[in-house]
Amino acid sequence: MSKSKFKWGHLYLILVFVVLYLPIAYLVGFSFSDGERMSHFKGFTFRHYGELFNDPRMIQIVLDTLLVALLAALFATIIGTFGAMAINNTRKAGVRNSILSLNNILMVSPDVIIGASFLIFFTALNVPLGFLSVVLSHIAFSIPIVVLMVLPKLKELPGSMLDAAQDLGATNSQVLRDVVLPFITPGILSGFFMAFTYSLDDFAVTFFVTGNGFQTLSVEIYARARQGISLEINALSGVMFLFALLLVIGYYFIQQAQTSRKHKKGGR
Amino acid sequence: MRKNVNAAFYVPYVLWLGLFVIAPMLLIFYQSFFDINHHFTLANYATYFQSGTYLTMTFNSVWYAFVITVVTLLISYPAALILHYMKHKQLWLLLIILPTWVNLLLKAYAFIGIFGKDGGINNFLGFFGAAPMQLLFTDAAFIFVAAYIEIPFMILPIFNGIEELDENLVNASQDLGASSWQTFTKVTLPLTMSGVKSGVQAVFIPSLSLFMLTRLIGGNRVITLGTAIEEHFLTTMNWGMGSTIGVVLIVAMVIIMFLTGERAKHRVKGGRRHV
Repeated sequence: MSKSKFKWGHLYLILVFVVLYLPIAYLVGFSFSDGERMSHFKGFTFRHYGELFNDPRMIQIVLDTLLVALLAALFATIIGTFGAMAINNTRKAGVRNSILSLNNILMVSPDVIIGASFLIFFTALNVPLGFLSVVLSHIAFSIPIVVLMVLPKLKELPGSMLDAAQDLGATNSQVLRDVVLPFITPGILSGFFMAFTYSLDDFAVTFFVTGNGFQTLSVEIYARARQGISLEINALSGVMFLFALLLVIGYYFIQQAQTSRKHKKGGR
Repeated sequence: MRKNVNAAFYVPYVLWLGLFVIAPMLLIFYQSFFDINHHFTLANYATYFQSGTYLTMTFNSVWYAFVITVVTLLISYPAALILHYMKHKQLWLLLIILPTWVNLLLKAYAFIGIFGKDGGINNFLGFFGAAPMQLLFTDAAFIFVAAYIEIPFMILPIFNGIEELDENLVNASQDLGASSWQTFTKVTLPLTMSGVKSGVQAVFIPSLSLFMLTRLIGGNRVITLGTAIEEHFLTTMNWGMGSTIGVVLIVAMVIIMFLTGERAKHRVKGGRRHV
């Protein structure tokens, strides 16, 4: 590629990055503005952060959202991990592929469909709409991603390791606890992590199944955004951007740890 | 592989498959045959296919999803191609993914500020003497914000597709005297088509079902299939009609997946997928 063309390319890429990050910078920037609107920056202040941390309703919602995400990620990880084992242990390729296709339905379905069908489902079973229905939905839509994260690790597990363990007299539960689980732990961690962030970020499904009494952060932001600008939301976005940054760094390290493990194995 | 786990451990997963995957999908089909008074009827489908309103809405929704996908693709392909030739591309890629980790609602909210009468863009244009314009609640704003949100989900699969491309083929084409444009249209583009298809699949289906952006940015001027479903379920409480539109959306989804290859080869890794 010629030199001048390369520079144009860089310029284009910089433009894309500016478009991607400018709205976020704009949002977080105005959280420090000593005004009430998202325009005409009015001098630096932490006032909106003060309002945010003194808003008991908002703090309750943040705690609820984190609790839902933790519970959903925990249960989804347990169920999904055993699900991945079930798929991996299925011998008939046809059956295995159909289970995998079923597994992926919730990954490709639009959120509106998931939300609407879960709403019908909960109503049919008389499950009250609120905390319980939200947690159940979040567990449900997080399971497939856990399966997809754990399954490749199970496939990498050498059969000879299992044979060795069994020949040396390990019981089934010992094989599971001491051989299989340690080997697939990176996949389980990635799965937990993805499930956690899926739950934190979800809006559409929660919006359908939450009823009136229970709010998560996304639903609350939607309700407030419909009423117009409030720089308290900007302060919240500042906090959440920091949190997202930490999560990305965390995810990056999980990935790094996995690849370096692979490298070590390959190098030997 | 042998059995090393008691089958009882599999029960929750199988229950999940039955209760949260199969049952809800069957229920939405079942519900589409009931009217607002819970009487069995085919009227929902009759209404849908006979009334101009629903068909126009569906057509508009598909059209908007198409425009959003094309805009996203035109921005993303060059970006993915340039990324491929960058040093430290994994770091740049991480920077492309990072915005997907910011809550979707907050990004939409940012644009309410930016596009407002008194917002960033109007202030900026004001420097050049332009009068404040109505930007929020326009079709252009809706398409722009939707494309903004989808860009990372388009760049990633295309980037992965380009990474798999054998560089020797590009070099061979150039050595044999093809111009850059010929190399691009005859070699690079056809060989990275699978990435493009995955990207289109990842953008088109969510664009059909957007409902939050149509409110906050589109000002209810654009009604997508997603908006229609949400209104029927949560506002007018006509679940039967909502389910009928849901069935239409599912059929549309299956058609798109069929056209773009059943399973997207290049899954978005690390990016969050909730629109």
